[in-house]
Formats: sequence, structure tokens, C-alpha cells
Amino acid sequence: MSTLSERILGAPAGDYVDRQVDRAYVHDGTGVLTLEAWRAMQAGAPARPGRCYVLFDHIVPANNSVTAGLQHDLRVFARDQGFHFTDVGEGICHQLMGEGIALPGEVVVGADSHTCTLGAFGAFATGVGATDMAAIWAEGGTWFRVPETIAIRMRGALSGPAEAKDLALTYVGRLSMDGATYRSLEFVGDGVASLSIDSRMTISNLAVETGAKAGLFYADGSTCRYLEAYGHRVRPQEPEECCYERELHFDLGEVVPVVAVPPRVDCVKPVAEMEGMPLDQVFVGTCTNGRFEDLSRFAAIIRGEKVKVRTLIAPASRSVLARATETGTLATLVAAGCTILPPGCGPCLGAHQGVLGEGEVCLSTANRNFKNRMGVGGEIYLGSVATAAASARAGFLAAPEAMP
Amino acid sequence: MKIEGRALCLGEDIDTDVIIAGRYLRTRDRSEWARHAFEDLDPSLATRLEGTVIVAGRNFGCGSSREQAAIALKEAGVRGVIAPSFARIFFRNAINIGLPVIECECTCRDNEAVSADPGEGTVTIGTHTYHTRPLSPRMLEILSAGGLVAYWRGRR
Repeated sequence: MSTLSERILGAPAGDYVDRQVDRAYVHDGTGVLTLEAWRAMQAGAPARPGRCYVLFDHIVPANNSVTAGLQHDLRVFARDQGFHFTDVGEGICHQLMGEGIALPGEVVVGADSHTCTLGAFGAFATGVGATDMAAIWAEGGTWFRVPETIAIRMRGALSGPAEAKDLALTYVGRLSMDGATYRSLEFVGDGVASLSIDSRMTISNLAVETGAKAGLFYADGSTCRYLEAYGHRVRPQEPEECCYERELHFDLGEVVPVVAVPPRVDCVKPVAEMEGMPLDQVFVGTCTNGRFEDLSRFAAIIRGEKVKVRTLIAPASRSVLARATETGTLATLVAAGCTILPPGCGPCLGAHQGVLGEGEVCLSTANRNFKNRMGVGGEIYLGSVATAAASARAGFLAAPEAMP
Repeated sequence: MKIEGRALCLGEDIDTDVIIAGRYLRTRDRSEWARHAFEDLDPSLATRLEGTVIVAGRNFGCGSSREQAAIALKEAGVRGVIAPSFARIFFRNAINIGLPVIECECTCRDNEAVSADPGEGTVTIGTHTYHTRPLSPRMLEILSAGGLVAYWRGRR
């Protein structure tokens, strides 16, 4: 009997396997270096161009002419090779791959550590580096060590103001930043059914912050309905009795709003213990929390009021932005004084669009709070969308109230 | 394969943002990454990396998949990295660009002589020798070729 990772990779934990990959993607950041390695390899034509994706999201639109030149080169290459290509403004690579592209049971590799986000669909999805990706372009596959698996077993349902991000930070805090190194996480238990697909993507997204190679949910009825809207008919994946290396148990009803204190993602504290901390910026977005569910939640809390601290919001994709426009969510955010950024990674990686100054403190819904990441001398506290909204409304770190 | 150098001791959870900050990534000039290596940890470190073997704590290279982190160290003259554990993407990246990495829990004092053999699974720091798991034959072949690009071209 197998874990989901073992089932998809087709071998027991500990084995090394060579596997064709079903989807391989890069973004404008890692794609440049991948292209350099590819050219150095002189490999001829890509093995399976129809399985390759180049998705611009990291510095979009380009912040200067050097970046623009690098992006231009990659853009021309992607089109010449017949790769799937999405340009500036379409959205974050992991989000786009999650909008009806990555499917249950697939092996997905991305040249970005947060590729694990797509585990939300029951895919074995993991990050690779640029040179590995160049070899994947050439050969259509790569080697994997089949990981041991740690189960995150959930029961009940989130309640009050707690959301998926709080659960995600809580499990990172329990496992620590290397608690799952070389391993996979599987999110199981009767609590899973209560989590939306957007929420599952948030939970899978943070798997890599524990060192994990992948973070998988079994595809269930919700997954099938979500993918059906994109024209895919898929079947649920039935869990088997299997051998987990260890299990962590979470009662979802006991999860409370938390923040991760810089510079560690695993330094997790209840918001209630830190209320009142001054903030210079609130940032809502990224592959962790830039989906429609997130924007809509923020809008529901801020509706009719004004933000008291500068607040940046970056939708995760054009379709998220479109839905926010159609539903009036966007108008609520604009009326509240939020600054809307184009779909993409925004200031998460400290390259543009909201970089912090020396001594500034940001509450961010992203996934990393490493030293100087969003700007030299700036500090990043990671939290949920509801905490971000409550804090934007208050002008300082504030605990969210239960949603009506 | 043998690596030799003087020890540079670093702590646990050294992340890729600290190895090379995101603000320096958008260039093709690899020496730029070497010049700014570890800038946010200690701005003077980059000039002292030539000829060192980094001996670090657990979870070296955690965070982003940016291959520039491994390249920055190699370009700066780092001969190899020894740590009890690595973030897996960094580990693969290092092998793929020809930077030796060895999993070993060692006691480190700055500037002590380090010699290590990733094929044998041995690390000697000062007078103490540690035995650890050797790299796989395929990883050793990639390292010996100077990285995955050269290895791949050699196999065709």
C-alpha cells in the first residue's frame, strides 16, 4: 500500500526513479538561467515542447531595461520553441498552472520552490533549479528520489477568524524549517473536505517552508468539480492504508490567527500576543494568498472603511482580477484606499512594486520573511488575509474578528 | 575527487536570500553574484570566500530555487559546502553546477584545514576525520564533469 507520492512516482520511498514529467514550467526569473544552461547544452530541439510552460510573473512589467532585455530574449525563445507562454499581467506561474492545467496524478516540475502549491490537486509537484530544468527541456524527464511522507492529519473545520494560512503557518511552526527536508507532506483526514481548493493551494504552498519536496492533497469531489469548470473530467484519488514516517494531528477548530515573526517562517505566534505592533505596509497577494477567496475576504472586512496604513494588493492572476472586477470586490478595495498591483508576485521577492525601506515593518500574506527579502533593513511578518485586513483597518497589527 | 580549503563556519538555516539577495539576480554577469554573496549576513564575507570550504549547520540553502545561490559560491571560489543537511533544491543545484556538497555533521573552527572526499564519504577538519554517506555514482560523475551541462554533452 502506497502513499500518494509513491503511487504517482511508481516506486517505494527511498528508490531513485527516472520519470517523464507531465508539466514543466519556468518563470521570468529562473527561465533566464534555464535558457543559458539550455544553450550551453546544445541539445537541439526540446523533447516535449507541448509540456513546457514559460509564465512571466516575478518582475512584471520589467523594472528596468536590463530586466526587459532578459525577458525579451526568453519571450522570443518560448514562442520559437512552441512552449506555452503567458506574458506580463497574466499572473503567477503556480496560480496559472492551478487554473485547470495541472491535474491529479501528474508529475509536475517548476523552476521555483513553491511549485509544491500544485499538490493541492493531487499532483506530485516539486521545484527544481535552472540546470535541472534545461535537462528536462532536453529529455522530457528527470530523476527523483521517492520521498518518505509525513501526514498532516486534520479533523473538524476552521472556525471563527482562522483561515487556511493560519493552519499553514501553524504546521510550519510545528515541523520547523527543516522538519520535512527530503520528504513529502500529505494532507489527510476528515477535515480536508471543509477546505476550498483556494485554501488547499495555500496549505500546499507552504510545504516547502518545512523543507518538503511536495505537499499533496488527494483529489476529491471538490477537486473534480473545480477542474470540471476548466473542462477536465477527473476521478477522485482514494487514499490507501499506507506507511507514513510520522503523523501530526490538527484539530482545525483550534487553529487561531497567527503570524510568523522575522526572519523565520517557523517562528509562529498568535496575533493576539502581538496586537498593536506598528506597521508601515500591508501586502496581500502572492502564490500563497492572492486568489479570489483572499481578495474577497479582505474586501468583506474593509468594506465601507479606509485603510490606515499603505496597503498593496496583487491579484494572483488575470482571472482573479477579472472576477474581483465582476463581483465588485475590486471597487471595494479601491474605495478603501488600497493600491492595486498588476497580477504577479509583486514585492514578495524585494525586486520592485513595494520594496521596504530601512526600519519599515510589513505584514504580508506571502510565504517568506527572510532577512532583507523585501528590502534592506525591512522586516516582514507573515499572516493571514483576515489579519492583514484587520490590521490595515486598524493601522497596526490587529487580530481579526470572526467573519459573520 | 578531493576538495581542500580552509574552513568557513556558518550557522543553521542559511537561506538562499542570504546567500544571494533577490535584488541582484537579474543579470547574466556571474561575478556580480559572487561579489554580493552573503551580503545580508556579513558584507565583508564575499571577499573572503576564495579557497574556503563552507562548514555549516542544518538545512543549508533553504528557501528559493534560485540556482544563482550555488553559482555565487562557486564563482566566489568556494571549494565545497559541508552541512548535516541541505535544502533539496540547493543540493541538486550545487551538484548540477559543479559545486561539491557533502552531508556531514562536523565541528568547525574558522580557518582550520578541511579536506573531503565526496566519493569516499570522508571529511577531515583539522585533525578530526568524519565518515559520512558518499554521493551517488551519478552525482559524482556530474561533479567530475564540472556540472550537468558538461556531463550531458559528454554523454551524447
